Amino acid sequence: MDILRRNNVAVTGDPDGPTVVLAHGFGCDQNMWRLTVPALARDHRVVLFDYVGSGRSALSAFDEPRYSTLDGYADDVVDVCDALDLHEAVFVGHSVSAMIGVLAARKVPERIGALVMVVPSPCYVDDGEYHGGFSAEDIDELLSSLESNYLGWSAAMAPAIMGTPDLPELGEELTNSFCATDPAMARVFARTTFLSDSRADLAAVRVPTLILESTEDVIAPREVGAYVQAHVKGSTLVTLDSTGHCPHLSAPDATNRAITDFLATLR
Amino acid sequence: MTAGIEDTAEDAYETAPCGHLSTSMDGTIIKVNRTLLDWLGLTRDAVVGRLRFTDLLTVGGKLYHETHFAPLLRMQGEVGGIALELTRDGGARMPILVSSVVRYDDAGEPLLVRTTIFDAHIRRAYEEELLRERQAADLARQQAETDRARLQDALAVLQQSLLPATIPDVPGVTTAAYYHTASPDELGGDFYDIFAIDGDRWAFFLGDVCGKGPDAAAVTSVARYTLRAAAMHNPAAALGTLNAVLHERYASGDLRYCTAVFGTLRSDLDTGRVAVRFASGGHPPPLLIRANGSSDFLLSEDGTLIGILPSSQFPQTDVVLDPGDMLLLYTDGLTEARVNRARDFYGPEALQTLASRHAGTSPTALVEALSDVLAGFGPRLADDTALLVLGAPARPHNGL
Repeated sequence: MDILRRNNVAVTGDPDGPTVVLAHGFGCDQNMWRLTVPALARDHRVVLFDYVGSGRSALSAFDEPRYSTLDGYADDVVDVCDALDLHEAVFVGHSVSAMIGVLAARKVPERIGALVMVVPSPCYVDDGEYHGGFSAEDIDELLSSLESNYLGWSAAMAPAIMGTPDLPELGEELTNSFCATDPAMARVFARTTFLSDSRADLAAVRVPTLILESTEDVIAPREVGAYVQAHVKGSTLVTLDSTGHCPHLSAPDATNRAITDFLATLR
Repeated sequence: MTAGIEDTAEDAYETAPCGHLSTSMDGTIIKVNRTLLDWLGLTRDAVVGRLRFTDLLTVGGKLYHETHFAPLLRMQGEVGGIALELTRDGGARMPILVSSVVRYDDAGEPLLVRTTIFDAHIRRAYEEELLRERQAADLARQQAETDRARLQDALAVLQQSLLPATIPDVPGVTTAAYYHTASPDELGGDFYDIFAIDGDRWAFFLGDVCGKGPDAAAVTSVARYTLRAAAMHNPAAALGTLNAVLHERYASGDLRYCTAVFGTLRSDLDTGRVAVRFASGGHPPPLLIRANGSSDFLLSEDGTLIGILPSSQFPQTDVVLDPGDMLLLYTDGLTEARVNRARDFYGPEALQTLASRHAGTSPTALVEALSDVLAGFGPRLADDTALLVLGAPARPHNGL
């Protein structure tokens, strides 16, 4: 299958500028970057995509074993980079995508030249001294929250979303559709995300890295941001004046400024 | 009666049959109604300015809020009908349905979020019941699929037991056979066999029992063993025996009959010729395909269906296969297959055309060509089909 179609790849901005890849996390899709794209598109070529199983990706390409590890999602990133023949691109990953970016950068070092980790967490579940913020039971509870909400969504949303892959603008009219996808696939992504432990991968990062955190974020508390900075050699940590797990939506100006400042240092 | 009764916006807000709260954009609760405070078991002072909306939720709910609810609210300005759970003072949980809307200032900047919360415990109990029913239905479906697979396996084994495991090598004769199963869920009633009678005589038969399923398979089994036992006689007598057996067994109740061709083979290794003598009981005529490309259906003075009448006659036909000639036996699954939506049959003419094109090849090549045709029908092929081809091997020209 065509990768650009499979991952619903969209390319915008300055075709001659340096390339920035924006990767959404668990929950919604590339629409999450709607307030980020305008700030980057002036001087950069901006690549957006949806992971298989999210947004308007080709759901038929979903393969449970592949997407049951972050490695499988990293392969999506590699596939997109290969399809566009990217070199030295800056990979901006939100939440779990920050760690997916770490894995992808190790697979194709020539394609990914820098990382921006937006509210990353290498491990969500507490483990001894390490405080990820959640217990395994909490994660089970999230899975059941997903289940109870998809009861209504799956029937009402699935036909609308799956039937109109060529009409992305139609999605804008569908309430809640950005975060709606096949419940079975969302469940796999949720489980893979929140039960992952990528702490050991942080030390392998060899590219310039910017870490963004919120002042208050239940999913990625500041303790975790400090942990990531301590384990990624030469990384920069910026604490945004924002609350919640989506600073690119709740504090777009501060987020955009931090990213563009970082991009300027790469020139 | 209603004169004099007034309601106030203030009281309608405070004692509404649903919870109301307002938060600043960072989630801090700035206003809450009495209904919600009662549900939470908290005082206004403990909530306003002190807690965020997410503090009222379970941990799973917080995660869901951060990954779905909050981004949707930011992108759409409103979110409706999300199922979450409140944690009440004392640890009890209360299923709720939540809708939120962002209030913007005159400049279009988000100012605050208004949230309405409905008690959803009855609805949630109903949904959980539905969920349980769905899980039970999924389990039942899996069980049914397992049972079906097991039944199909059993049917396949039974079907195989009604056919020869392998076709024996008949000296001086080339052979090929094929059985096409239309449905793995049903036993077909077609059968064939080829076997030695004595030193240089061989017998073959191919037939079709009316109907499908276990009853048809039982008749197939009877037909097969009866014909094998009666093979010592000439073909007409063998079919006569089968007729008598079926008639006696089934005439009193459930009428069961079949059509069949039964024949004997004698090959002459010196000339390469094969002498065939066969009789037919109501069966589609065998197709003789000469090496030179001519072909004919061997319309005999046809006997009646086997098992219908107490005594029936089954006239015999003799034919000699010269080197390169073939004789094709088939069941009507082939000639009565629907070739298109207009429900036209594949028919004898199409069969004859295809067979002539393979004249002078081999029984194996002809069976392969026909099985491709059968596969091409796909689900339109409603009936099982048996094919049996007998040939006199072509001889090298320099041998003449």
